[in-house]
Amino acid sequence: MATLPDLAPALPEIFLACASMALLMIGVFRGDGSLRLVSWLTVASFIVTGFLLLQGPEGRAVTFNGLFVADSFGTFAKLLILIASSLAVILSVNYLEKERVARFEYPVLIALATLGMLAMVSANDLISLYVGLELQSLALYVIASFKRDVAKSTEAGLKYFVLGALSSGLLLYGASLVYGFAGTTSFDKLATVLAGAEGAPSVGVVIGMVFVAAGLAFKISAVPFHMWTPDVYEGAPTSVTAFFAVAPKVAAITLFIRVLVGPFGDLAVQWQQVIQFCAAASMIIGALGAIQQKNIKRLMAYSSIGHIGYALVGLSAGSVEGVRGVLIYMAIYLAMNVGVFAIILSMRQSGRAVEEIADLGGLSKTHPMLAFAMAVFMWSLAGVPPAAGFWGKWAVFLPAIQAGLYPLAIVGVIASGISCFYYLRVIKAMYFDDVTEPLDRPTPTAGFVVAGAALFVFPVYIFFLSPITSGAAAAAAALFGAR
Amino acid sequence: MELGSIGLAHYLTLSAILFTIGVFGIFLNRKNVIIILMSVEMMLLAVNINLVAFSVYLNDLVGQIFTMFILTVAAAEAAIGLAILVVYFRNRGTIAVEDINMMKG
Repeated sequence: MATLPDLAPALPEIFLACASMALLMIGVFRGDGSLRLVSWLTVASFIVTGFLLLQGPEGRAVTFNGLFVADSFGTFAKLLILIASSLAVILSVNYLEKERVARFEYPVLIALATLGMLAMVSANDLISLYVGLELQSLALYVIASFKRDVAKSTEAGLKYFVLGALSSGLLLYGASLVYGFAGTTSFDKLATVLAGAEGAPSVGVVIGMVFVAAGLAFKISAVPFHMWTPDVYEGAPTSVTAFFAVAPKVAAITLFIRVLVGPFGDLAVQWQQVIQFCAAASMIIGALGAIQQKNIKRLMAYSSIGHIGYALVGLSAGSVEGVRGVLIYMAIYLAMNVGVFAIILSMRQSGRAVEEIADLGGLSKTHPMLAFAMAVFMWSLAGVPPAAGFWGKWAVFLPAIQAGLYPLAIVGVIASGISCFYYLRVIKAMYFDDVTEPLDRPTPTAGFVVAGAALFVFPVYIFFLSPITSGAAAAAAALFGAR
Repeated sequence: MELGSIGLAHYLTLSAILFTIGVFGIFLNRKNVIIILMSVEMMLLAVNINLVAFSVYLNDLVGQIFTMFILTVAAAEAAIGLAILVVYFRNRGTIAVEDINMMKG
């Protein structure tokens, strides 16, 4: 007779699943105009989920017949995801109301996407990886085309859907090859099988792993699988772009790390070359592609491609310090991007949303505090000390240099230098250009988020340096210790 | 395996061919988005053939369970894809691949 699996390790996910269904019901029964209520309840359920996460079992717990794992690596990533999703919902409410798409499905879809992300971060089997990833992706396809009366938004949704489906296909084909040639889909068993193999690993497993890595590289938009990113970021509603730029990236890169370091840890020689190539190419394309952009959302898309490249530098070192660096980098990336998108979301001229860099002209005269905060974020994104972005780059480049990856580090520094150009262009527009038409006053919520993120990025981060670093170090150690 | 009987290699070759046709269908097709959706389905079904063949070969049920999950998710994916396609058609009045070009760069 089948017994009930241990539910305690998955309690946060189970709670969020029930909460999102309840939220859907509340929205349906209260009808239109329930966006605000459902949004705040969504944020509350994210907070409760985070609380349950922190109360979870100590150490590593595996449940559901080995399909699901809860460890401190997952907890670290999940906390970042929950913070990013909560801020995305908080920032979206006013935007959606002004854009006249105030429908309650939006926060519910974000909750479902977040549930998918939590599930995929905790995946311990190729099947649970796929199901979690698809739960996230399907919800994201829908919110990308959330402004269903706007051609650009539906086009973004369509492009995201087609390329997302392609990437799922690649991932699945890889998973099927790995299953066939290694004989199992469980990450723990895969690690044992691959570690026990004598001589060179089976070609089938290596090809399968490359396919799985390609599928996941799509999701983090690493070059050469980045082509959807600028279009989707530009076309999707800005509040959705703000969400896309952070939470799914954190989730996908942590899943990427878990898959490569966990089951495929013994194939490190094979995947390190691929990751090094992706990292270098992402940094270069991210830097060069952004130069000619006029639309700030497209600029942020290329910027995010570049930042994923920097994060992959840490992963390609293949060491505990490297993984720790990636986690620190993603935490800082989260703060910077949330802040920038809070500003982009408040870019309105007499009630109309604008998204050109030129529209920021003379911001320092009309909104000095906003301009200063944007300048702080741009310095930080460019990686100029003493802003937090510099410490993030430090955390990923140091392990790479220790691993002897000098060419990669040099490419990174050059790309970083090139990217300064377009970050500084935004600052130039704000401080030296003339005012074309002043922006509207930002909403208090956006103001709070911008101020909080800016303070975090510049002075406050120094004080959080040690807790974040030790948290990330514990998370990385848990991942490597499990092997 | 007797000469002439159908073995694992045949299934793997078939699925690899189907998968490749699916991938090329997405990239080379210039006419209609519906064909892209069909190509996606073909890729997923190629994976299913792979998994079932391996499952029988390894005498292990996990592959067939994986197939069940893929079939279910593929149905949901197709539904969402068609829904997005419908709203896109309402806005643009066309679903030709060449016309999906509002954003470039």
